[in-house]
Amino acid sequence: MTTTVMRFDHVVKKYGGSTLAIDDFDLEIGDGEFVSIVGPSGCGKSTLLKLVMGLEPLSGGAISYSADARSVSAMTGMVFQQPLLLPWHTVLDNVLVPSSLQSRAQRKADQGWARELIEMLGLEEFAASHPYQLSGGMQQRVGIARALLHDPRILLMDEPFGALDAMTRDQLTMDLLRIWETDRKTVLFITHSISEAVLLSDRVVVLTPRPGRIADTIDIDLPRPRTLATINTPEFGEHARRIRQVLDGTEAVTS
Amino acid sequence: MSVHDIPATDQESRPGEAVRRHTVRREAASGPARRRLSDLPGWLLAGTAVLLLLAVWEAIVRAFSVSEFLFPAPTRVVQALVEGFGNGTFGKHSLVTLQEIIYGFAIAVVVGLLVAVWVSSSRLAEKTLLPIIVVLQTVPKVALAPLFLVWFGFGMESKVLATALIAFFPVLVNATLGFNSTSVEQINMMKSFGATRLQILARLRLPSALPSIMAGLDMAVVLSVIGAVVAEFVGSQAGLGYLILASNTSLDVATMFGVLVVLSVIGLILHYIVVFLGRRLTFWSEENRGRNVAP
Ligand SMILES: Nc1ncnc2c1ncn2[C@@H]1O[C@H](COP(=O)(O)OP(=O)(O)O)[C@@H](O)[C@H]1O
Ligand SMILES: [Mg+2]
Repeated sequence: MTTTVMRFDHVVKKYGGSTLAIDDFDLEIGDGEFVSIVGPSGCGKSTLLKLVMGLEPLSGGAISYSADARSVSAMTGMVFQQPLLLPWHTVLDNVLVPSSLQSRAQRKADQGWARELIEMLGLEEFAASHPYQLSGGMQQRVGIARALLHDPRILLMDEPFGALDAMTRDQLTMDLLRIWETDRKTVLFITHSISEAVLLSDRVVVLTPRPGRIADTIDIDLPRPRTLATINTPEFGEHARRIRQVLDGTEAVTS
Repeated sequence: MSVHDIPATDQESRPGEAVRRHTVRREAASGPARRRLSDLPGWLLAGTAVLLLLAVWEAIVRAFSVSEFLFPAPTRVVQALVEGFGNGTFGKHSLVTLQEIIYGFAIAVVVGLLVAVWVSSSRLAEKTLLPIIVVLQTVPKVALAPLFLVWFGFGMESKVLATALIAFFPVLVNATLGFNSTSVEQINMMKSFGATRLQILARLRLPSALPSIMAGLDMAVVLSVIGAVVAEFVGSQAGLGYLILASNTSLDVATMFGVLVVLSVIGLILHYIVVFLGRRLTFWSEENRGRNVAP
């Protein structure tokens, strides 16, 4: 493996002293690695990303990550399940939010790059539109462009396609794969879709519910670049079946 | 046997209405759509209704020779308005009241917004101040107007402050609601991109609160007019409230009605300014989408 970019060291997270959301979570992510975390709803997947971003305090253990960037917040880019766009801003201004939080000059300097990102995500006609004029899939594309604005080495994605219909979902998954292939960022991708995890990832971490513990880690050695056709290969099915088995096992334990 | 050939006896044996074949066919209506009165624009319908009402009023006053000390006809009120503005009294007193309204309203907005920011950004302030504010809100503020007279004198200051006090609460309550309407997810989003507390306030919570703030300003502007007039009733030497009292004493009811018209116009204009500004500022809000008010 290449250099470690992010390390979870026996992470524990309790909510309100009683709910054990994450227990003894140990993981190392290498540079340029695409890691997915799958698990049923409520098993602490979102909590993990909140811990990484410092949005929630840890109850035990440690998380560390390092990357080259202009600032600490430029190290990472986060995409959420909801697009969470600012409704009073245009698409372009929404994409530029991370820069505008730094300085006016930075916002100005990043305009050209923001337009490139908007184009890369197929939204060039909508740069001057407002979020309410966009479909859910298009809004999520804006959310992805915004996360890419600082060109962060680390991407954190919390079920980014979870609220979309199946067709939009497939399109966005393939677009994400295409964009990722251009510079292979380190990605921590959260999902509850097994096929999404297998198609995208180098490694899939299966989480058990209550408390969230690592049930198993599965290496996905499918050749890249992958396409939608990859889903129909027997190797893909084999990996998916494996993950399904681990998930079924964890549910049997809890029920 | 497929599901299609269920024996007829099965259907007939069921109780109630017999099953028959129904067919529904819909097509475009032929000929032009029927015109309804309600298709006319609102301002035209409302305007016509007002004119009709005035005509009925005029007719009744004339038919029954109602004394103008009791109930002057609309034409008599118009006459009083022309006279009042002609000799400068209406202009002079309107200016006084308008100043009281605008200064009072401005103080209410500035202080209301500041307190709302404070209450909604400090847990301590929220827990201690909010209950007090809720209780104070129910106190009839006009009852304090006489006290303001004692504290601040007969001049404009006591009226401005009474107006500000009355207009303050809707601004504060609505702005606090608005500032607190931001979701945790959105705040987390801003934090994840490195936003400071101040940036979250200025770039997320303030704009999110605008629809609510503008609703509060609209209530406040109407209350400001009432506040200024009531404060003038309590004791003053100028202003439209003073003019109402003075014309009442001299049994000049037509002038009184004229002042009422002036006050209504002032209130309406201020209301529409707030509404217009609100729509411009919150073109993106759910309520305004599709209104085509984007800048
Ligand atoms: N702010 C919070 N306070 C208390 N409990 C929480 C909070 N956030 C999440 N939880 C609990 O922690 C567990 C994991 O939540 P979450 O990380 O959102 O799960 P997931 O994203 O996998 O659906 C759940 O049982 C949830 O109820
Ligand atoms: Mg979640």
